[in-house]
Amino acid sequence: MTIRVVTGGLQTTVQDLGRPSHQHQGIPGGGAMDRIAMRVGNLLVGNDANAATLESTLIGPTLTFGAETLIALTGADLEAAVGATPIPPWHPALLSAGATLRFGRALRGCRTYVAVAGGIDVPLVFDSRSTYLRAEFGGFDGRALHAGDHLAVGEPSHLSKRIMSSLRGSNGHTATVARWSAGASIRTTFTEEAIVRLIRGAHTDLLTEASLAALVGSRFRVSASSDRMGYRLDGEPLSLRATTELLSEGVAFGTVQLPPGGAPIVLMADRQTTGGYPRIGEVATVDLSIVAQLKPGDHLRFRFISLEEAQDLYLSWQQDLRQAELAIPFHLSRGGSAS
Amino acid sequence: MITLGDAIDERTHRLVRAAASRIRSHPPPGFVDLVPAFVSIVVHYDPLVAAREGNGRPYEHVVNFLRERLTGLAVEALDAPRVVEIPVCYGGDLGPDLDDVARMHELSPDEVVRLHSAAEYLVYMIGFMPGFAYLGGLPERIATPRRKTPRTAVPAGTVGIGGRQTGVYPLVSPGGWNLIGRTPVKIFDIARAEPTLLGTGDRVRFRPITRAEFDEASA
Repeated sequence: MTIRVVTGGLQTTVQDLGRPSHQHQGIPGGGAMDRIAMRVGNLLVGNDANAATLESTLIGPTLTFGAETLIALTGADLEAAVGATPIPPWHPALLSAGATLRFGRALRGCRTYVAVAGGIDVPLVFDSRSTYLRAEFGGFDGRALHAGDHLAVGEPSHLSKRIMSSLRGSNGHTATVARWSAGASIRTTFTEEAIVRLIRGAHTDLLTEASLAALVGSRFRVSASSDRMGYRLDGEPLSLRATTELLSEGVAFGTVQLPPGGAPIVLMADRQTTGGYPRIGEVATVDLSIVAQLKPGDHLRFRFISLEEAQDLYLSWQQDLRQAELAIPFHLSRGGSAS
Repeated sequence: MITLGDAIDERTHRLVRAAASRIRSHPPPGFVDLVPAFVSIVVHYDPLVAAREGNGRPYEHVVNFLRERLTGLAVEALDAPRVVEIPVCYGGDLGPDLDDVARMHELSPDEVVRLHSAAEYLVYMIGFMPGFAYLGGLPERIATPRRKTPRTAVPAGTVGIGGRQTGVYPLVSPGGWNLIGRTPVKIFDIARAEPTLLGTGDRVRFRPITRAEFDEASA
Protein backbone atom coordinates (compact mmCIF):
# COMPACT_ATOMS: atom_id res chain seq x y z
CA MET A 1 0.00 0.00 0.00
CA THR A 2 1.30 3.45 -0.78
CA ILE A 3 0.24 7.01 -0.15
CA ARG A 4 0.73 9.45 -2.97
CA VAL A 5 1.67 12.98 -1.94
CA VAL A 6 -0.35 15.41 -4.06
CA THR A 7 0.94 18.47 -2.20
CA GLY A 8 3.43 18.45 0.65
CA GLY A 9 1.94 21.27 2.72
CA LEU A 10 4.16 23.72 4.60
CA GLN A 11 6.34 21.14 6.34
CA THR A 12 5.25 17.52 6.52
CA THR A 13 7.83 15.07 7.84
CA VAL A 14 7.92 11.44 8.93
CA GLN A 15 8.30 11.25 12.73
CA ASP A 16 8.33 8.54 15.37
CA LEU A 17 9.63 8.79 18.95
CA GLY A 18 13.11 9.71 17.73
CA ARG A 19 16.59 8.38 18.46
CA PRO A 20 17.24 9.31 22.11
CA SER A 21 19.94 6.66 22.62
CA HIS A 22 22.32 8.28 20.11
CA GLN A 23 22.71 11.58 21.94
CA HIS A 24 26.22 10.64 23.11
CA GLN A 25 27.24 10.78 19.43
CA GLY A 26 25.92 14.32 19.12
CA ILE A 27 22.86 13.05 17.24
CA PRO A 28 19.70 14.90 18.31
CA GLY A 29 16.91 12.94 20.02
CA GLY A 30 14.48 14.23 17.39
CA GLY A 31 11.05 12.65 16.83
CA ALA A 32 7.52 13.99 17.08
CA MET A 33 7.13 17.45 18.66
CA ASP A 34 3.73 16.69 20.22
CA ARG A 35 4.30 13.22 21.66
CA ILE A 36 0.84 13.12 23.23
CA ALA A 37 -0.83 13.54 19.86
CA MET A 38 1.60 11.19 18.12
CA ARG A 39 1.18 8.42 20.71
CA VAL A 40 -2.62 8.72 20.76
CA GLY A 41 -2.74 8.67 16.94
CA ASN A 42 -0.91 5.35 16.90
CA LEU A 43 -3.13 3.99 19.62
CA LEU A 44 -6.33 4.86 17.69
CA VAL A 45 -5.21 2.92 14.62
CA GLY A 46 -3.86 -0.11 16.52
CA ASN A 47 -0.16 0.65 15.95
CA ASP A 48 2.83 0.22 18.24
CA ALA A 49 3.69 3.36 20.21
CA ASN A 50 6.78 4.04 18.08
CA ALA A 51 5.23 3.57 14.62
CA ALA A 52 6.14 6.37 12.24
CA THR A 53 3.50 9.04 11.59
CA LEU A 54 3.37 12.18 9.47
CA GLU A 55 3.79 15.45 11.33
CA SER A 56 2.41 18.37 9.37
CA THR A 57 2.70 21.99 10.34
CA LEU A 58 0.04 24.71 9.87
CA ILE A 59 -0.71 23.92 6.23
CA GLY A 60 -1.44 20.24 5.81
CA PRO A 61 -0.59 18.09 2.79
CA THR A 62 -2.95 16.53 0.27
CA LEU A 63 -2.66 12.75 0.32
CA THR A 64 -4.21 10.06 -1.86
CA PHE A 65 -4.44 6.56 -0.40
CA GLY A 66 -3.77 3.68 -2.80
CA ALA A 67 -5.85 1.16 -0.84
CA GLU A 68 -8.38 1.08 1.98
CA THR A 69 -6.61 2.61 5.00
CA LEU A 70 -7.31 3.22 8.66
CA ILE A 71 -6.04 6.61 9.78
CA ALA A 72 -6.33 8.93 12.77
CA LEU A 73 -5.58 12.64 12.87
CA THR A 74 -4.43 13.98 16.22
CA GLY A 75 -3.09 17.24 17.58
CA ALA A 76 -3.97 20.45 15.77
CA ASP A 77 -7.31 20.86 14.02
CA LEU A 78 -6.35 21.72 10.45
CA GLU A 79 -9.88 21.28 9.08
CA ALA A 80 -9.28 17.92 7.42
CA ALA A 81 -11.78 16.35 5.06
CA VAL A 82 -12.18 13.58 2.51
CA GLY A 83 -14.54 14.94 -0.11
CA ALA A 84 -17.46 16.43 1.83
CA THR A 85 -16.79 14.32 4.95
CA PRO A 86 -14.94 16.20 7.68
CA ILE A 87 -12.31 14.10 9.49
CA PRO A 88 -12.26 15.47 13.05
CA PRO A 89 -9.11 15.03 15.14
CA TRP A 90 -8.84 12.26 17.77
CA HIS A 91 -11.16 9.80 15.93
CA PRO A 92 -10.12 6.78 13.87
CA ALA A 93 -11.39 6.95 10.30
CA LEU A 94 -11.53 4.35 7.55
CA LEU A 95 -10.75 5.68 4.07
CA SER A 96 -11.62 3.71 0.96
CA ALA A 97 -9.09 3.03 -1.80
CA GLY A 98 -8.39 6.16 -3.83
CA ALA A 99 -9.64 8.55 -1.12
CA THR A 100 -7.92 11.94 -1.00
CA LEU A 101 -7.35 13.63 2.34
CA ARG A 102 -7.17 17.43 2.26
CA PHE A 103 -6.62 20.04 4.92
CA GLY A 104 -8.01 23.55 5.27
CA ARG A 105 -7.27 26.32 7.73
CA ALA A 106 -5.45 25.90 11.03
CA LEU A 107 -8.46 26.18 13.34
CA ARG A 108 -6.58 25.24 16.49
CA GLY A 109 -2.96 24.39 17.19
CA CYS A 110 0.01 24.10 14.88
CA ARG A 111 0.90 20.42 14.30
CA THR A 112 -1.31 17.61 13.12
CA TYR A 113 -0.27 13.96 13.13
CA VAL A 114 -1.49 11.56 10.48
CA ALA A 115 -1.24 8.08 11.97
CA VAL A 116 -1.76 5.28 9.46
CA ALA A 117 -2.45 1.64 10.43
CA GLY A 118 0.83 -0.21 9.82
CA GLY A 119 2.91 2.95 10.18
CA ILE A 120 4.85 4.86 7.52
CA ASP A 121 7.51 2.49 6.23
CA VAL A 122 10.81 4.27 5.66
CA PRO A 123 14.27 2.87 6.47
CA LEU A 124 15.55 3.04 10.04
CA VAL A 125 18.45 5.47 10.52
CA PHE A 126 20.04 5.20 13.96
CA ASP A 127 17.10 3.12 15.17
CA SER A 128 14.49 5.66 14.13
CA ARG A 129 12.33 6.62 11.15
CA SER A 130 12.29 10.28 12.21
CA THR A 131 13.31 12.97 9.76
CA TYR A 132 16.20 15.16 10.90
CA LEU A 133 15.98 18.09 8.52
CA ARG A 134 19.19 19.93 9.46
CA ALA A 135 21.45 16.99 8.66
CA GLU A 136 19.10 15.66 5.99
CA PHE A 137 18.80 12.09 7.22
CA GLY A 138 16.01 9.80 8.37
CA GLY A 139 12.37 9.86 7.34
CA PHE A 140 11.70 10.22 3.62
CA ASP A 141 15.12 11.00 2.08
CA GLY A 142 15.91 13.25 5.05
CA ARG A 143 13.49 15.93 3.90
CA ALA A 144 9.94 17.24 4.09
CA LEU A 145 7.44 15.69 1.66
CA HIS A 146 6.99 17.09 -1.85
CA ALA A 147 4.32 16.60 -4.50
CA GLY A 148 4.93 13.33 -6.31
CA ASP A 149 6.44 11.40 -3.38
CA HIS A 150 5.13 7.91 -2.71
CA LEU A 151 5.15 6.68 0.89
CA ALA A 152 5.08 2.98 1.69
CA VAL A 153 2.90 1.81 4.57
CA GLY A 154 3.65 -1.20 6.80
CA GLU A 155 1.42 -4.20 7.44
CA PRO A 156 -1.51 -3.31 9.74
CA SER A 157 -1.62 -5.18 13.07
CA HIS A 158 -4.33 -7.63 14.06
CA LEU A 159 -5.90 -4.90 16.19
CA SER A 160 -5.79 -2.45 13.26
CA LYS A 161 -7.67 -4.98 11.15
CA ARG A 162 -10.32 -5.40 13.86
CA ILE A 163 -10.82 -1.64 14.04
CA MET A 164 -11.07 -1.54 10.24
CA SER A 165 -13.73 -4.21 10.07
CA SER A 166 -15.73 -2.46 12.81
CA LEU A 167 -15.86 0.63 10.58
CA ARG A 168 -16.51 -1.14 7.30
CA GLY A 169 -20.11 -0.57 6.29
CA SER A 170 -22.02 -1.29 3.13
CA ASN A 171 -22.70 2.37 2.56
CA GLY A 172 -19.87 2.82 0.06
CA HIS A 173 -18.67 6.04 1.65
CA THR A 174 -15.11 7.13 0.87
CA ALA A 175 -14.56 7.95 4.55
CA THR A 176 -16.14 6.55 7.71
CA VAL A 177 -15.35 8.27 10.99
CA ALA A 178 -15.61 6.22 14.19
CA ARG A 179 -18.11 7.45 16.76
CA TRP A 180 -15.61 6.77 19.51
CA SER A 181 -12.52 8.86 20.09
CA ALA A 182 -9.63 9.45 22.47
CA GLY A 183 -10.82 10.69 25.86
CA ALA A 184 -10.10 14.24 26.95
CA SER A 185 -7.59 13.09 29.59
CA ILE A 186 -5.18 11.78 26.96
CA ARG A 187 -5.54 14.58 24.42
CA THR A 188 -3.23 17.56 24.00
CA THR A 189 -4.69 20.48 25.97
CA PHE A 190 -5.64 23.59 24.02
CA THR A 191 -6.54 26.69 25.99
CA GLU A 192 -6.96 30.37 25.24
CA GLU A 193 -3.68 31.19 26.92
CA ALA A 194 -1.14 28.42 27.34
CA ILE A 195 0.08 27.74 30.86
CA VAL A 196 3.29 25.74 30.75
CA ARG A 197 4.55 24.07 33.90
CA LEU A 198 8.23 24.47 34.56
CA ILE A 199 10.67 22.72 36.88
CA ARG A 200 13.45 24.91 38.26
CA GLY A 201 16.65 24.52 36.26
CA ALA A 202 20.30 24.31 37.23
CA HIS A 203 20.72 28.09 36.89
CA THR A 204 17.29 29.45 37.87
CA ASP A 205 18.88 30.84 41.04
CA LEU A 206 21.23 32.99 38.96
CA LEU A 207 18.31 35.09 37.70
CA THR A 208 17.85 38.54 39.23
CA GLU A 209 14.86 38.86 41.55
CA ALA A 210 13.01 40.89 38.93
CA SER A 211 13.77 38.37 36.18
CA LEU A 212 12.67 35.44 38.33
CA ALA A 213 9.40 37.26 38.96
CA ALA A 214 9.06 38.00 35.24
CA LEU A 215 9.74 34.38 34.27
CA VAL A 216 6.63 33.18 36.09
CA GLY A 217 4.66 36.43 36.24
CA SER A 218 4.76 37.77 32.71
CA ARG A 219 3.56 36.65 29.32
CA PHE A 220 5.88 35.49 26.54
CA ARG A 221 5.23 35.53 22.82
CA VAL A 222 6.48 32.76 20.53
CA SER A 223 8.94 34.40 18.13
CA ALA A 224 8.89 33.86 14.38
CA SER A 225 12.31 32.21 14.65
CA SER A 226 10.89 29.09 16.27
CA ASP A 227 11.11 25.66 14.73
CA ARG A 228 11.53 21.96 15.53
CA MET A 229 14.84 22.77 17.19
CA GLY A 230 13.67 25.42 19.62
CA TYR A 231 11.10 28.08 20.47
CA ARG A 232 12.43 31.57 21.14
CA LEU A 233 10.24 33.56 23.48
CA ASP A 234 9.92 37.33 23.33
CA GLY A 235 8.86 39.18 26.44
CA GLU A 236 10.41 41.08 29.28
CA PRO A 237 14.17 40.43 28.76
CA LEU A 238 15.57 38.25 31.53
CA SER A 239 18.97 38.80 33.09
CA LEU A 240 21.34 37.09 35.47
CA ARG A 241 22.75 38.53 38.69
CA ALA A 242 26.27 38.00 37.41
CA THR A 243 27.64 36.99 34.07
CA THR A 244 28.99 33.50 34.35
CA GLU A 245 31.04 31.52 31.91
CA LEU A 246 29.40 28.11 31.64
CA LEU A 247 30.79 24.99 30.04
CA SER A 248 28.73 23.07 27.51
CA GLU A 249 26.68 20.26 29.04
CA GLY A 250 23.91 17.87 28.07
CA VAL A 251 20.43 19.34 27.58
CA ALA A 252 16.98 17.80 27.17
CA PHE A 253 13.68 18.19 25.29
CA GLY A 254 12.12 21.09 27.22
CA THR A 255 15.26 22.66 28.66
CA VAL A 256 14.80 26.45 28.81
CA GLN A 257 18.05 28.21 27.95
CA LEU A 258 18.82 31.88 28.45
CA PRO A 259 21.20 33.31 25.80
CA PRO A 260 22.84 36.70 26.46
CA GLY A 261 20.07 38.65 24.65
CA GLY A 262 17.64 37.81 27.49
CA ALA A 263 15.03 36.03 25.34
CA PRO A 264 14.64 32.46 26.63
CA ILE A 265 14.64 29.48 24.25
CA VAL A 266 12.69 26.29 24.90
CA LEU A 267 14.67 23.42 23.35
CA MET A 268 12.40 21.16 21.31
CA ALA A 269 12.63 17.79 19.54
CA ASP A 270 15.54 18.58 17.18
CA ARG A 271 17.61 20.35 19.86
CA GLN A 272 21.37 19.98 19.93
CA THR A 273 22.54 17.38 22.43
CA THR A 274 24.60 19.86 24.46
CA GLY A 275 24.42 23.57 25.18
CA GLY A 276 26.43 26.22 26.93
CA TYR A 277 23.77 28.78 27.93
CA PRO A 278 22.35 29.02 31.45
CA ARG A 279 19.43 26.63 31.97
CA ILE A 280 16.68 28.50 33.79
CA GLY A 281 14.03 25.78 33.69
CA GLU A 282 12.86 22.43 32.37
CA VAL A 283 9.36 22.17 30.88
CA ALA A 284 7.33 19.30 32.38
CA THR A 285 7.20 16.51 29.77
CA VAL A 286 3.38 16.48 29.67
CA ASP A 287 3.35 20.19 28.78
CA LEU A 288 5.81 19.92 25.87
CA SER A 289 2.80 19.15 23.70
CA ILE A 290 1.24 22.48 24.66
CA VAL A 291 4.40 24.27 23.53
CA ALA A 292 4.65 22.19 20.34
CA GLN A 293 1.15 23.33 19.35
CA LEU A 294 1.91 27.07 19.71
CA LYS A 295 2.36 29.09 16.54
CA PRO A 296 4.62 32.12 16.16
CA GLY A 297 2.72 35.02 17.72
CA ASP A 298 0.91 32.84 20.31
CA HIS A 299 1.43 33.54 24.00
CA LEU A 300 2.36 31.44 26.99
CA ARG A 301 2.91 31.82 30.71
CA PHE A 302 5.15 29.68 32.91
CA ARG A 303 4.26 28.33 36.32
CA PHE A 304 6.73 26.50 38.58
CA ILE A 305 6.05 22.98 39.75
CA SER A 306 8.31 20.51 41.52
CA LEU A 307 10.15 17.71 39.79
CA GLU A 308 8.02 15.21 41.75
CA GLU A 309 4.79 16.81 40.53
CA ALA A 310 6.06 16.80 36.94
CA GLN A 311 6.96 13.13 37.13
CA ASP A 312 3.60 12.30 38.73
CA LEU A 313 1.83 14.09 35.86
CA TYR A 314 3.87 12.08 33.36
CA LEU A 315 3.17 8.79 35.12
CA SER A 316 -0.54 9.46 35.38
CA TRP A 317 -0.71 10.39 31.67
CA GLN A 318 1.05 7.12 30.84
CA GLN A 319 -1.49 5.29 32.99
CA ASP A 320 -4.41 6.97 31.20
CA LEU A 321 -2.83 6.05 27.89
CA ARG A 322 -2.46 2.43 28.98
CA GLN A 323 -6.11 2.31 30.03
CA ALA A 324 -7.20 3.73 26.69
CA GLU A 325 -5.09 1.10 24.97
CA LEU A 326 -6.86 -1.65 26.89
CA ALA A 327 -10.27 -0.09 26.30
CA ILE A 328 -10.11 -0.33 22.49
CA PRO A 329 -10.18 -4.16 22.13
CA PHE A 330 -12.79 -4.31 24.91
CA HIS A 331 -14.96 -1.80 23.08
CA LEU A 332 -14.60 -3.72 19.80
CA SER A 333 -15.49 -7.03 21.42
CA ARG A 334 -18.73 -5.49 22.61
CA GLY A 335 -19.61 -4.76 19.01
CA GLY A 336 -18.63 -1.12 18.92
CA SER A 337 -19.15 0.21 15.44
CA ALA A 338 -19.54 3.41 13.54
CA SER A 339 -22.44 4.77 11.62
CA MET B 1 23.11 15.51 35.78
CA ILE B 2 26.25 14.45 37.57
CA THR B 3 28.90 17.12 38.07
CA LEU B 4 32.48 15.94 38.61
CA GLY B 5 34.51 19.13 38.45
CA ASP B 6 34.39 22.78 37.51
CA ALA B 7 37.10 23.33 34.91
CA ILE B 8 38.30 21.76 31.68
CA ASP B 9 41.27 19.61 32.62
CA GLU B 10 42.47 16.09 31.97
CA ARG B 11 41.88 14.87 35.50
CA THR B 12 38.21 15.88 35.43
CA HIS B 13 37.94 14.40 31.94
CA ARG B 14 39.24 11.06 33.23
CA LEU B 15 36.73 11.15 36.10
CA VAL B 16 33.91 11.83 33.64
CA ARG B 17 35.00 8.90 31.50
CA ALA B 18 35.37 6.59 34.49
CA ALA B 19 31.88 7.51 35.73
CA ALA B 20 30.38 7.11 32.24
CA SER B 21 31.91 3.68 31.87
CA ARG B 22 30.64 2.57 35.30
CA ILE B 23 27.12 3.74 34.47
CA ARG B 24 27.10 2.11 31.02
CA SER B 25 28.26 -1.21 32.39
CA HIS B 26 25.41 -1.26 34.91
CA PRO B 27 22.80 1.31 33.94
CA PRO B 28 19.88 2.47 36.11
CA PRO B 29 16.34 1.26 35.31
CA GLY B 30 14.85 3.07 32.32
CA PHE B 31 18.29 4.11 31.08
CA VAL B 32 18.13 5.75 27.63
CA ASP B 33 21.57 7.33 27.10
CA LEU B 34 24.25 9.33 28.82
CA VAL B 35 25.94 12.43 27.46
CA PRO B 36 29.41 13.08 28.89
CA ALA B 37 30.59 16.70 28.73
CA PHE B 38 33.64 18.66 29.98
CA VAL B 39 32.83 18.36 33.69
CA SER B 40 29.49 16.58 33.86
CA ILE B 41 27.35 13.72 32.63
CA VAL B 42 23.67 13.94 31.81
CA VAL B 43 21.79 10.66 32.23
CA HIS B 44 18.61 10.38 30.16
CA TYR B 45 16.08 7.87 31.52
CA ASP B 46 12.42 6.98 31.12
CA PRO B 47 10.59 7.77 34.38
CA LEU B 48 7.90 5.21 33.54
CA VAL B 49 10.37 2.33 33.76
CA ALA B 50 12.26 3.82 36.71
CA ALA B 51 8.98 4.33 38.61
CA ARG B 52 8.22 0.60 38.58
CA GLU B 53 11.36 -0.20 40.53
CA GLY B 54 11.39 3.05 42.42
CA ASN B 55 7.99 2.90 44.09
CA GLY B 56 6.59 5.73 42.02
CA ARG B 57 9.58 8.03 42.75
CA PRO B 58 11.65 7.65 39.57
CA TYR B 59 14.04 10.58 40.05
CA GLU B 60 14.95 9.66 43.63
CA HIS B 61 15.41 6.06 42.62
CA VAL B 62 17.75 6.86 39.72
CA VAL B 63 19.74 9.34 41.82
CA ASN B 64 20.19 6.81 44.62
CA PHE B 65 21.11 4.14 42.11
CA LEU B 66 23.76 6.35 40.51
CA ARG B 67 25.10 7.55 43.86
CA GLU B 68 25.64 3.97 44.94
CA ARG B 69 27.11 3.06 41.58
CA LEU B 70 29.63 5.91 41.71
CA THR B 71 30.74 5.48 45.31
CA GLY B 72 34.51 5.48 45.55
CA LEU B 73 34.92 6.76 42.01
CA ALA B 74 38.51 7.64 41.28
CA VAL B 75 40.60 8.33 38.25
CA GLU B 76 40.52 4.72 37.25
CA ALA B 77 42.52 2.81 34.73
CA LEU B 78 40.78 3.45 31.46
CA ASP B 79 41.17 1.71 28.15
CA ALA B 80 44.18 3.05 26.24
CA PRO B 81 42.93 5.95 24.12
CA ARG B 82 42.46 5.44 20.42
CA VAL B 83 44.66 7.70 18.33
CA VAL B 84 42.88 8.93 15.23
CA GLU B 85 44.86 10.58 12.46
CA ILE B 86 42.98 13.07 10.32
CA PRO B 87 44.58 14.12 7.00
CA VAL B 88 44.13 17.84 6.29
CA CYS B 89 44.82 19.94 3.23
CA TYR B 90 45.69 23.31 4.76
CA GLY B 91 45.18 26.74 3.20
CA GLY B 92 44.06 27.74 -0.28
CA ASP B 93 40.35 27.74 -0.99
CA LEU B 94 39.92 24.84 1.47
CA GLY B 95 41.33 26.94 4.32
CA PRO B 96 40.58 30.55 3.37
CA ASP B 97 41.46 32.01 6.79
CA LEU B 98 44.92 30.41 7.14
CA ASP B 99 46.70 33.58 5.99
CA ASP B 100 44.66 35.77 8.39
CA VAL B 101 45.49 33.47 11.29
CA ALA B 102 49.19 33.55 10.38
CA ARG B 103 49.22 37.35 10.05
CA MET B 104 47.49 37.83 13.40
CA HIS B 105 50.18 35.81 15.18
CA GLU B 106 53.06 37.12 13.05
CA LEU B 107 53.78 33.63 11.80
CA SER B 108 54.07 32.24 8.30
CA PRO B 109 51.16 30.05 7.10
CA ASP B 110 53.57 27.08 7.12
CA GLU B 111 54.39 27.70 10.79
CA VAL B 112 50.69 27.72 11.66
CA VAL B 113 50.30 24.40 9.83
CA ARG B 114 53.35 22.98 11.61
CA LEU B 115 52.06 24.02 15.05
CA HIS B 116 48.52 22.80 14.35
CA SER B 117 49.66 19.42 13.02
CA ALA B 118 52.40 18.82 15.61
CA ALA B 119 50.05 18.89 18.60
CA GLU B 120 48.12 15.94 19.97
CA TYR B 121 44.51 16.75 20.81
CA LEU B 122 42.07 15.18 23.25
CA VAL B 123 38.37 14.72 22.51
CA TYR B 124 36.82 16.17 25.65
CA MET B 125 33.25 15.77 24.51
CA ILE B 126 30.91 15.19 21.59
CA GLY B 127 28.04 17.59 21.09
CA PHE B 128 26.72 20.65 19.27
CA MET B 129 25.99 18.64 16.09
CA PRO B 130 26.21 14.98 15.05
CA GLY B 131 29.77 13.76 15.59
CA PHE B 132 31.24 17.15 16.49
CA ALA B 133 34.27 16.72 18.78
CA TYR B 134 35.35 19.42 21.22
CA LEU B 135 39.14 19.15 21.10
CA GLY B 136 41.55 20.34 23.78
CA GLY B 137 45.24 20.90 23.19
CA LEU B 138 45.42 23.74 20.67
CA PRO B 139 48.84 25.43 21.02
CA GLU B 140 48.34 28.82 22.74
CA ARG B 141 50.47 30.37 19.97
CA ILE B 142 47.72 29.91 17.34
CA ALA B 143 44.60 30.46 19.46
CA THR B 144 42.52 32.90 17.40
CA PRO B 145 39.28 34.72 18.26
CA ARG B 146 36.18 33.80 16.28
CA ARG B 147 35.42 35.86 13.18
CA LYS B 148 33.19 38.90 13.68
CA THR B 149 30.75 37.77 11.01
CA PRO B 150 29.99 34.06 10.97
CA ARG B 151 29.76 32.33 7.60
CA THR B 152 26.33 31.02 6.68
CA ALA B 153 27.60 27.70 5.29
CA VAL B 154 30.88 26.06 6.20
CA PRO B 155 31.49 22.87 4.17
CA ALA B 156 31.62 19.49 5.94
CA GLY B 157 35.18 18.46 6.81
CA THR B 158 36.43 21.99 7.32
CA VAL B 159 39.03 22.39 10.06
CA GLY B 160 38.72 25.57 12.08
CA ILE B 161 40.10 27.48 15.03
CA GLY B 162 37.70 29.29 17.36
CA GLY B 163 39.34 30.87 20.40
CA ARG B 164 41.34 28.18 22.18
CA GLN B 165 39.46 25.41 20.44
CA THR B 166 40.00 23.61 17.18
CA GLY B 167 37.76 21.12 15.46
CA VAL B 168 36.30 19.71 12.29
CA TYR B 169 32.79 20.53 11.03
CA PRO B 170 31.06 17.15 10.51
CA LEU B 171 28.26 18.65 8.39
CA VAL B 172 27.61 21.78 6.41
CA SER B 173 26.65 24.41 8.97
CA PRO B 174 26.91 28.08 9.78
CA GLY B 175 30.12 28.84 11.63
CA GLY B 176 32.23 31.64 13.07
CA TRP B 177 35.53 29.83 13.33
CA ASN B 178 38.66 30.64 11.30
CA LEU B 179 38.84 28.05 8.54
CA ILE B 180 42.37 26.76 8.00
CA GLY B 181 41.93 23.58 5.99
CA ARG B 182 39.73 20.66 5.08
CA THR B 183 39.86 16.90 5.49
CA PRO B 184 38.61 14.45 2.86
CA VAL B 185 37.68 12.05 5.70
CA LYS B 186 34.02 11.95 6.68
CA ILE B 187 33.74 12.89 10.35
CA PHE B 188 30.08 11.89 10.33
CA ASP B 189 28.70 9.40 7.83
CA ILE B 190 25.33 7.75 8.26
CA ALA B 191 26.38 4.98 5.85
CA ARG B 192 29.09 3.73 8.24
CA ALA B 193 28.45 1.16 10.96
CA GLU B 194 30.07 3.59 13.40
CA PRO B 195 28.81 6.90 11.98
CA THR B 196 30.89 9.18 14.15
CA LEU B 197 34.65 9.08 13.56
CA LEU B 198 35.53 10.42 16.99
CA GLY B 199 34.43 9.50 20.50
CA THR B 200 34.98 11.01 23.94
CA GLY B 201 38.51 10.25 25.14
CA ASP B 202 40.07 9.73 21.70
CA ARG B 203 43.41 11.38 20.85
CA VAL B 204 43.59 13.19 17.52
CA ARG B 205 46.45 14.19 15.24
CA PHE B 206 46.19 16.21 12.06
CA ARG B 207 48.48 15.19 9.15
CA PRO B 208 49.11 17.74 6.38
CA ILE B 209 48.36 16.48 2.87
CA THR B 210 48.67 18.11 -0.55
CA ARG B 211 45.79 19.31 -2.67
CA ALA B 212 46.38 16.41 -5.05
CA GLU B 213 46.12 13.93 -2.18
CA PHE B 214 42.97 15.69 -0.99
CA ASP B 215 41.37 15.53 -4.43
CA GLU B 216 42.28 11.88 -4.80
CA ALA B 217 40.87 10.98 -1.39
CA SER B 218 37.66 12.94 -2.03
CA ALA B 219 37.09 11.44 -5.47
